[in-house]
Amino acid sequence: MNFLNSLISGLSLGSVYAIIALGYTMVYGISKMLNFAHGDVIMVGGYVSFILTMYVGMNGWLALLVAMVACTILGILIERLAYRPLRGTGSLAVLITAIGVSYFLQNSALLIWGANPRVFNSLFNGMKTIHAAGGQLTITPESLFTIIANIVIMIALTLFVSKTKAGKAMRAVSEDNGAAQLMGINVNQSISLTFAIGSGLAAVAGVLMCSAYPVLMPTTGAMPGIKAFTAAVFGGIGSIPGAMIGGLLLGIIEIFARAYISTELSDAIVFACLIIVLLVKPTGLLGKKINEKV
Amino acid sequence: MGTVLTVRDINVYYGAIHAIKGISFDVNRGEIVTLIGANGAGKSTTLHTISGLLRSKTGDIEFLESSIARTPAHKIVSKGISHVPEGRRIFQGMTVEENLQMGAFVTKPDRIAHNLEYVYEQFPRLKERTRQIAGTLSGGEQQMLAMGRALMSDPRLLMLDEPSMGLAPILVDQIFEIIQNLNKAGTTILLVEQNAQMALSVADRAYVIETGRITLSGTGEELAKSDEVRKAYLGG
Repeated sequence: MNFLNSLISGLSLGSVYAIIALGYTMVYGISKMLNFAHGDVIMVGGYVSFILTMYVGMNGWLALLVAMVACTILGILIERLAYRPLRGTGSLAVLITAIGVSYFLQNSALLIWGANPRVFNSLFNGMKTIHAAGGQLTITPESLFTIIANIVIMIALTLFVSKTKAGKAMRAVSEDNGAAQLMGINVNQSISLTFAIGSGLAAVAGVLMCSAYPVLMPTTGAMPGIKAFTAAVFGGIGSIPGAMIGGLLLGIIEIFARAYISTELSDAIVFACLIIVLLVKPTGLLGKKINEKV
Repeated sequence: MGTVLTVRDINVYYGAIHAIKGISFDVNRGEIVTLIGANGAGKSTTLHTISGLLRSKTGDIEFLESSIARTPAHKIVSKGISHVPEGRRIFQGMTVEENLQMGAFVTKPDRIAHNLEYVYEQFPRLKERTRQIAGTLSGGEQQMLAMGRALMSDPRLLMLDEPSMGLAPILVDQIFEIIQNLNKAGTTILLVEQNAQMALSVADRAYVIETGRITLSGTGEELAKSDEVRKAYLGG
């Protein structure tokens, strides 16, 4: 039973990583940049939802919706103001800017909301924990909804990029920005849309994560952000199913390492697994090797 | 006849490198016009400038009597110019059909089915492979796909950059036959080629570009007979 309980927590944590990893992987796919501020958008989503429920008295689900809208706008603004002016310059300039945006968001949060950790009210307060197998197996509503949310998001996103015109345009821009422009695709619009989707999902991840681990402070997004980035690389950066698999595996490895090996070493074990995967397959589990035909 | 495209005194730079040094030429309705010249002469750069992927510092580019020199690249295709870039640049991870859909990105929905049928008529090979991932096609098929993709937008002017590159001679013949067919069906064509002999044999008019300047121009036949062209590009 211990094993099953760990597996469920692992899947739940992994689902959060997967949802965050999507933002990294899609943005990387389309603009070939690592948006290190992505983790901090999660934190902003958490705070927006926290303020609305605690001080405005808004319903948690409605607050989640508002947080998604807020983060979507934030994501579009970050791209428009910080990254777009640097497009076409070296990737180092963009990378450093992304780190700068990350610090900017953290310090803005510090200024606005203060350094004190806030206790986040779970979105699922009042829902019952499921007990099975004579009380040995417990499934919290947080775990259950996080896992379901991840599955729904993955299916929706896969359908979006494979079936819709805007989704296909995103794939086209990811593959060949110049050729996409020759087709009449507005590359700026496609990139904005990608940031919008990634950041909206970050808000969902933020609320789900804070519901399960209810401590909210300005650095809350940093570590999950790094982990999700790792998950994206693990699964093959640029690949949507890769983000899903990478996120889930990372969550499961982390929880199992904590349960069976050592709590202190769990992060070290996670990153050791990443290193091993990259040694064997440098493009990540589902990463594509780009083969060009001339 | 009427002029479709007028390029007037364009100058294009890659950073400090002056790649195009005041090129002017025009393309008339229904023609096949070819730009020939050595590798690095500025042929592809010229096409990229017309497509809006690069900008000229001077001069103007007029298409159907309106200036497109400042039009963003993604708005060029809906004006009626389709560009098949060098190296095909099809979307390797997408299926043949998806590539063609991308070609119809700005096409009016009621024209898409008609255009798709036309493309499959011109390139029956593509019809057999609609669900195949484009990256797994052979070089010749990829060239056909790139051309088919460009035709999905109903272009008034089709710009082809090195369509024969890397293809076996029999495929080169086939591609050039298709180019002539498209032209007979009413599409004006601007063709960039290193294979000067092939290009001149199908072209109504031709321009020779050397290090960013036009050095010679005339009908395809005239240039094919000219001593300079024969020495430089046709192997004596």
